[in-house]
Amino acid sequence: MKPIIKVENLSKQYRIGVGQASYGSLREALTGMARAPLKMFRRGVSGGGMTEAETLWALKDVSFSVEPGEVVGIIGRNGAGKSTLLKILSRITEPTTGTIELYGRIGSLLEVGTGFHPELTGRENIFLNGAILGMKRAEISRQFDRIVDFSEIERFIDTPVKHYSSGMYTRLAFAVAAHLEPEILIVDEVLAVGDASFQKKCLGKMGSVAREGRTVLFVSHNLTAMQSLCNRMLWLNQGELVADGTSRQVVGNYLKTSFSTQTEQIWDDIGTAPGNETVRLRSARVRPVDGSHTDSITVRTPFVFEFEFWNLVPETVLNLSLVLVNEEATVLFNTGPMTRQEADSHADATDWHGRPFPAGLFRSVCYVPGNLLNDGAVNVQLHVIKDQSIGIFFLDSVLSFDVREDASMRKDWYGKMIGAVRPVLEWKTELVEERATQQVGS
Amino acid sequence: MGTTSSSNRASTLKTAANTTAAAATTIDTTTQATPPPVTDATSQQSLAHTPPDEPLVTIQANKTWGALNLREIWVYRELLYFLMWRDLKVRYKQTVLGVLWVIMQPLLMTLIFTIFLGMLARVPSQDVPYPLFVYAGLLPWTFFSSAVLNSGNSLVGSAHLITKVYFPRVIIPAASTGARLVDFAIAFVILLGLMIYYGVAPSRGLLMLPVLVALVTLLALGLGMWISALNVRYRDIGIALPVLIQLWMFVSPVLYPSTLVPQQWQHLYALNPLVGIVDGFRSSLFARPFNWTAIAISAVFTVVLLVYAAFAFQRMEKSFADVV
Repeated sequence: MKPIIKVENLSKQYRIGVGQASYGSLREALTGMARAPLKMFRRGVSGGGMTEAETLWALKDVSFSVEPGEVVGIIGRNGAGKSTLLKILSRITEPTTGTIELYGRIGSLLEVGTGFHPELTGRENIFLNGAILGMKRAEISRQFDRIVDFSEIERFIDTPVKHYSSGMYTRLAFAVAAHLEPEILIVDEVLAVGDASFQKKCLGKMGSVAREGRTVLFVSHNLTAMQSLCNRMLWLNQGELVADGTSRQVVGNYLKTSFSTQTEQIWDDIGTAPGNETVRLRSARVRPVDGSHTDSITVRTPFVFEFEFWNLVPETVLNLSLVLVNEEATVLFNTGPMTRQEADSHADATDWHGRPFPAGLFRSVCYVPGNLLNDGAVNVQLHVIKDQSIGIFFLDSVLSFDVREDASMRKDWYGKMIGAVRPVLEWKTELVEERATQQVGS
Repeated sequence: MGTTSSSNRASTLKTAANTTAAAATTIDTTTQATPPPVTDATSQQSLAHTPPDEPLVTIQANKTWGALNLREIWVYRELLYFLMWRDLKVRYKQTVLGVLWVIMQPLLMTLIFTIFLGMLARVPSQDVPYPLFVYAGLLPWTFFSSAVLNSGNSLVGSAHLITKVYFPRVIIPAASTGARLVDFAIAFVILLGLMIYYGVAPSRGLLMLPVLVALVTLLALGLGMWISALNVRYRDIGIALPVLIQLWMFVSPVLYPSTLVPQQWQHLYALNPLVGIVDGFRSSLFARPFNWTAIAISAVFTVVLLVYAAFAFQRMEKSFADVV
C-alpha cells in the first residue's frame, strides 16, 4: 500500500556549547543581520564550518515509512531522539538533512493544553486551544458539546481555568486534543499526566482513534500501554533507528538491551578492585534464580545477588549489607545476613557467616523471592560490615537493574501500580449471609 | 445515578480488557482491530483515507531564500483572529477600568503635554488647539510604539507555543500588532469627540486617513516582525527596545510640528518614516496641505522594510523552536 508518511535519511544536528551564537555583541549581531542576505548567497550548502565537538546529532539518517491506519510506537531511552523526530514531523523544527513527505493532514499533540490561558474560561480556552491545534472554528463549534462531555466539567465551563483543579485542567485539555480529526495523529507522552482513571480514559480514546483507521505515531514510556495500542514499533537509540518491526519483537529486544542496568561487575585485578586494606571486591552480580545476569527480571521472578570478595586480614568477622533504592530514591529495604544467634539455629557447616574469616575469597549470595518488588529501576548499594556493627567499606551503585512489568499479571489496569513493593498477598472473599434481593417496584 | 456510572465503568473495563488481551498476541488482534482503511463503513468522517499522489507537505531543510508563504498564513487566519482576541481579552479582563485604559493613556499624556509644552513652553501647534494637536499626534504614535513593543516581545513570550505546535510564526507578531489596532480604533473615537468639542470640521483630507492608518500598521508590522525574530536570538533587543522607542518619539513630530525643525535639516528629518505619517495624520484631520514627499518616503521605507522583514523572518523562523 502507499505510505502516508515517508521519512528518508532524516538527520538533525544541534549546536551545543560555544557554537550557539557566533555573534559576540549586539552591534556585531545587527551588522551580521544586515549582511545576512548577502551571506545567504555566498554560503551555499556548507554548514558554516562547525567542528564535531560543538555539535550533537539528535537524529542520524533515519528512514521509514508508515502506511495509512498503522499505529506506530516509538521507543528509546531519554535523549534517543524520539521527541526530536516528533518535532520534525510536526514541523516545529526543521531537519538538517533528509526529507519527510506527508500524504495527509497532520495533528500533533506534544503537550496537553498548549496555549491555554489561565484568565480565560473553559469555553474560551476550548476555542483558543482548538485553533492552536489547527481546528477550524466551525469544526470546534460542531465538536463543542462532545468535548465538554468528554472533559466532564460542564458546570465549570464558564469559569476561568485558573480556578480549575489540575485534574480538571488536564481533562479539558485532553478533551480538546482528543477531538482533533487529522489523518495522522502524533502523540508525545500525554499519558504521563492525570490520575489513573483519566489515563485509562485517554488510552481508551487512543485505542478508538486507532480503530477508526487513523494513522497514529505515539511516544510513551509506558511500554505496557504501547504494546497494547501499537502494532508496530520503531526503536531509536542515540538518534539512530535500530529496530523497526512488530511491537512484540521490538519491545522484547529493547528490554533485553537496557543499557543503564549493570547486572554484573567483575574486577580481575585485586590491586585496583574497590575495597580497602581489609576487603576487596571480586565480582557482583544479580540474576534470576535459574538464569544468568543477562536474563530479565520481572516482578514475579525470584532472583539472587551474588558477591565475591577477598578477605585480606585473617580472623575478621565480615558480612555484607545491601540497600535497595528505587528511581525516586526511596529506600526499598536494607538486608543483611541474620545475626549469629539466629544463624546458629540454622547451623550449616558451609556458612561462614558470623565466624572469623581466614584470608581468602568468599562468596555471599542473597536470595530475593518473586512477587516482592514493584516494577522499576533498582539501584543497589553495598556495605561491608565488620563485627556486625562497623561499616568499613561502602560502594554506591554496585549493581543496578530493572524489575520489569509482567504483562500477564495485568488485567484491566495499564497504569503503574503505586508503592515501593508489590507483594502478592493472600486474599479471600466469602459470602457471609445471602439476602433475598428486593427491587423497588417489582 | 449509581447504576449508570457503574455500568459505564463496566463498559470501559471491557474495552480495556480487550486491548490487554491484544497485548499477549499483539500482532494478530490489533491488525484485526484496525479495519482495512478504505472499506470500513462505520468509521466517522473520512478518516481512513487513501493518500493522494502528491505529498501534502514535504519537510526538509530549507536552504532556499524565500519570502513568507502567504497562502499558508491565509489558511491560519482564524488563529490570527483567536490570538488577537486572546490578547485583548486577557489584557482587560483583570483590570478595573478595563478598556478605559486604552483611552486613558493618550488622554493623560495629552493633559500633561498640554500643560507643560502647550501652556508653559508655548510650543506652536499650527493654529490648532494644542490638546487636539498633540492628541492627533499621540494617536498614531501610541499605536505604533505599543505595536512595535508588543510584537517585538511576542515571540519570546510565546515560547511555549513555538516549541509545541506548528503554525506560521509570523501570526504571533501580527496578532500583537492587530490587537493594538483595535485599541487604536477605540482611542480614535475620543479624537472625534475632541474635534467636535473644539469645533474642527472634517475636510476632504480625511479620505487620506485610511491610507495613513494602513501605512503605519504595515510599518509597525514590518518592524515588529523583524524585531521579534531578532529578539529570539538576541535578548538585548528586548531590553534596548523601550529606550529606542522613547528616543524615536522625540525625533518624530508628535509633541511639536515638524515645521519647528530648521529648513536645512528637513530632508534628513523626513527620512524618519514617522514624520510623513504623523504629519499626514494632522493634515488629513485639520485640512492642511499634505507633505507628499515625506509620505512617499514613509511608503517606500515601509514597503522595503516589510519585504526585508518577510525574508529575514522566514530565514530565522525555522530555528525559533531550537533557540527560544
